[in-house]
Amino acid sequence: MEVPILKQGPYLIASIQSALSDADLVQLRDALVEQVGRLRSRGVIVDVTALDVMDSFATRTLRDITFMIRLRGAETVIVGIQPDVAFTMVQLGLKLEGVPTALDLEEGIAFLREKAAGPNKEANPRGR
Amino acid sequence: MDHETREARTTFGTSHQMSQPTAELLRQLVAHLRQNRTQLREEWARRITEAKLLTAMTKEEIFAEATSVYDNYVEALETGTFEALQAYARNLSERIIPRGVETHEVVGIVLLLRDVLARSLFAKYQNDFALLNRILDAYEPAANRIANTVAVGFVQERERVIREQQEAIRVLSTPVLQVRERLLILPIIGVIDPQRARQLTEQLLRGIRTNRAKVVVIDITGVPVMDANVANNLVQTVEATRLLGATVIITGLSPEIAQTLVTIGVDLGKMNTVGDLQGGIEEAERLLGYKVVPLAETSELRT
Repeated sequence: MEVPILKQGPYLIASIQSALSDADLVQLRDALVEQVGRLRSRGVIVDVTALDVMDSFATRTLRDITFMIRLRGAETVIVGIQPDVAFTMVQLGLKLEGVPTALDLEEGIAFLREKAAGPNKEANPRGR
Repeated sequence: MDHETREARTTFGTSHQMSQPTAELLRQLVAHLRQNRTQLREEWARRITEAKLLTAMTKEEIFAEATSVYDNYVEALETGTFEALQAYARNLSERIIPRGVETHEVVGIVLLLRDVLARSLFAKYQNDFALLNRILDAYEPAANRIANTVAVGFVQERERVIREQQEAIRVLSTPVLQVRERLLILPIIGVIDPQRARQLTEQLLRGIRTNRAKVVVIDITGVPVMDANVANNLVQTVEATRLLGATVIITGLSPEIAQTLVTIGVDLGKMNTVGDLQGGIEEAERLLGYKVVPLAETSELRT
């Protein structure tokens, strides 16, 4: 299933609606990395609220997306990881290191806004 | 003497044919125990006091319990069924566990009763050695089973009590509290085992979701010991929290725990730690953009 990517002002929002195959994930990665430049977006939000499983490949792809998009000059934030999913991920050692996370879409947008506000102000602590 | 009789039984006992069925022998035995009830009961109570068992109970209580245990014991011998005795053992355990009676005491008194009764059998049948052997053949397996039943009943009851208490502690000891909008505190009191750590994490993650928390202060002032496992559980909690987009601040690490953690080499580098709960809340407020100032100062600011 292809993941719809919505443009919302300066941000791109990819909302994952169902479990994705590895190919779908790769496709999502390529589409995001391509569109972030074409649409001159400043931030990308990947919403995983609907996912109730997150395996190692998905985790790695999300990390790759974050780093690739950072190289393209934008910031990524993963939002909506479910408590159970978070717990399982940590137990499996999938930590999403270096990837900003936020509670939900609203928080994600707030985070990107803060980040864009400038490097002088101390960045949100979640983005470590 | 006890020892010698036993040896004799093993050598001679097998050659004896069971002239009387076991049931008949048990009947005889029960009649004997009923007849000498008062005397044997007293003897038993005396031996219990002598052996310094059941020190948590008074003499009268011991005698009263001894009476009912004795009667139940004889009944179990007579009927050969152990349900009633099992129920009684559970009931007894329920009463005496809160008073601090230990497993060895319960096992001790049942074994004492077994000895007292065996002695009285020796005395009664000392002239007819063959009959004594057969009586003991009937008595011993039943007596052993009784001892077993009572001991197992006691231990099971004890375990049930322990489980209940653990559950109570678990429910009580992990509150997730909101101090300010988007700021939760989680004061942890007591020992953290893997199961509790898991439950704590789940509760915290759910709390973060429902309260839309951004910062969580985990206070571990009340955690007495920390080993590698507990520390790793804590690290996992922090990481899971981050995945939900919240920041964790750990407060109240005691000097001992700090030393342990450094010695065993747990990587707490990614954790935010602040000395005490107050400091932790202040730091959290800073992260959330709050500033707490005295009322006087705010009026000064206004003017």
